Amino acid sequence: MTQTRTLYDKHIDSHTVCRLDDQGHVLLYIDRQVINEYTSPQAFSGLREAGRGVWRAETALAVVDHVNPTAPKRIAAMPDAGGARQVSYLAENCADFGIELFDVLDKRQGIEHVIAPEQGFILPGMVVAAGDSHTTTYGALGGFGFGIGTSEIEHLLASQTLVYKRLKTMRVTVDGELAPGLTSKDVIMALIGRIGASGATGYAIEFRGSTIDALSVEARMTICNMAVEAGARGAFMAPDEKVFAYLKDKPRVPKGELWEQAVASWRTLYSDVGARFDREVELDAGTLEPMVTWGTSPDQAAPIGASVPDPQDISDPILRQDMRRALDYMGLEAGMPLNRIVISHAFIGSCTNARIEDLRDAARVVRGQHVARHVRAMIVPGSTQVRDQAEAEGLAAVFIDAGFEWRQSGCSMCLAMNDDVLEPGDRCASSTNRNFEGRQGAGARTHLMSPAMVAAAAIAGHLTDIRHLEPRP
Amino acid sequence: MSMQPFSQVTGKAAPMLAANIDTDVIMPKQFLKGIDRNGLDRGLFFDLRVLPSGEPNPGFVLNQPAWEGARFMVVGPNFGCGSSREHAVWGLKQVGIRALIGSSFAGIFYDNCQRNGVLLITLDEATVQRLGQVVSQPQGAEITIDLEAQQIRLQDGSVVEFQIDGLRKNALMLGLDAIGTTLQRSEQIRAFERAHLQANPWLA
Repeated sequence: MTQTRTLYDKHIDSHTVCRLDDQGHVLLYIDRQVINEYTSPQAFSGLREAGRGVWRAETALAVVDHVNPTAPKRIAAMPDAGGARQVSYLAENCADFGIELFDVLDKRQGIEHVIAPEQGFILPGMVVAAGDSHTTTYGALGGFGFGIGTSEIEHLLASQTLVYKRLKTMRVTVDGELAPGLTSKDVIMALIGRIGASGATGYAIEFRGSTIDALSVEARMTICNMAVEAGARGAFMAPDEKVFAYLKDKPRVPKGELWEQAVASWRTLYSDVGARFDREVELDAGTLEPMVTWGTSPDQAAPIGASVPDPQDISDPILRQDMRRALDYMGLEAGMPLNRIVISHAFIGSCTNARIEDLRDAARVVRGQHVARHVRAMIVPGSTQVRDQAEAEGLAAVFIDAGFEWRQSGCSMCLAMNDDVLEPGDRCASSTNRNFEGRQGAGARTHLMSPAMVAAAAIAGHLTDIRHLEPRP
Repeated sequence: MSMQPFSQVTGKAAPMLAANIDTDVIMPKQFLKGIDRNGLDRGLFFDLRVLPSGEPNPGFVLNQPAWEGARFMVVGPNFGCGSSREHAVWGLKQVGIRALIGSSFAGIFYDNCQRNGVLLITLDEATVQRLGQVVSQPQGAEITIDLEAQQIRLQDGSVVEFQIDGLRKNALMLGLDAIGTTLQRSEQIRAFERAHLQANPWLA
């Protein structure tokens, strides 16, 4: 009898150069990496100091995304010396080591995890590593992606491999039909709320089930993207016809005969019937409500109809203390209905939720409405290509008419490394992935939710249930 | 880059037992704009360590005389979660932290520590809490970590044993250059690569 294997096993087995011990360590071959300006400089310096080259430069793609401004008029210059130095050093490194770079003026520029799929740079069956924790996104394409630090980037550039320890596997089965107004963001936020911010630490998660099947490829990316917020070191989904259709016309995918051959191989990428997972979790999508976070960790989340929880109700002293600290930072009182939380900012952007479908969702909500007077609302498209497409579809006009700022692409206020930074006390409804203390600016408060929910909050001026909006023609 | 080898280190251990201390908190964004590893000691735990006035926050553990110059930290669950930024580990290293003791660490952070010679010791939550209480008393703050023996030795003479993969232990003890070690297998990698690209020609 042949051994049954998970899709994770298949990815790792097919990329194992050799085993390094009997504890699960292998030398893992990496097919692709994406490089940004802020986690790579010291890796390139390390290569230079050691006199090492890049193993296979054509497997890397570099892009400027973290530090660049997103002001509506795009210019090459960075406003601060540190960012400017990072951008120029990236250009120098790419030129010297032969790596393709999308600089800030490139029409293909954008957030790394948006542009790599857009370009067809990531294919099913690939193992991908990059110096950014949200590299898990690529699971939605049937690849296996994971984030690494700068030392590992250097190791990967030098050897095309990483010393890798096999993870445990978790299968998350999501069944049921999402109610209108609900999105894949609500699915992943509900999961993180359920299993906790370290619930998947040490695991790779496979997502499957009728809900996942029904989602678009872009919506699936949101789920894999945020799997890391539950601690997962990778996420994966079996590629299906939707994935093949999504990829078909992308610039860098194989063409003709080679495409047919590739697709035939990709059809074997699934977990075998009977394959064993170390942990199984089931989620009923049919009962989900729109989710928002109230705290400073992505697992501090609740349905929009709920109230701010009470630390008194928590028996575990550590969790109780954490909750107190979170509520204190967030400036919230236990028992307050979540849908009464007044915001000062609304942000739609990030590698989690700034793809064209996200912008369409948000535009449906804001069409013919206006942003509340006290709210500053921003749209930062996930890529320049998404921005161009949204303009062509008339979405940009909808946002601008409603009082949103229509900006250029970048990571922007998701982590506020550029000049899009909140002030202490600002409160932001955000389509991003992390509500950590200080994430969007020291002392700033973040509430995570879907892009449509952000749009609804921008209009209402407070967190609100998208399902209760007035229906419009 | 070779690392400082870790064998047996004695020093103070600072308790920081809140859960989910993320790398944004360990190293805030304004310290990420360099192209080298320098100066990150200034950024470490910046919003906790430094008051808005610019003065040191006397309430923060690493500012208190009993834990000043700590070589270790006893930390809460899921320490190092969030962003992959290795700057967090460089900052810890630059203030002299050689090891962290906790019940769980985020995956990328774990690897980043390993690659910088910072030992992560994973123990069950109850033991971490107990150690946290011990080192919260100034007279108990000094401990010895013996990597070879896989032991933490406390002031009262008691010993806590810990587990670590042989591969990781060896790399830490020898301060091995991971890239150099891997590149000794260059021929093997080339051979794998040829076969891999032949079997999956669309990857070439």
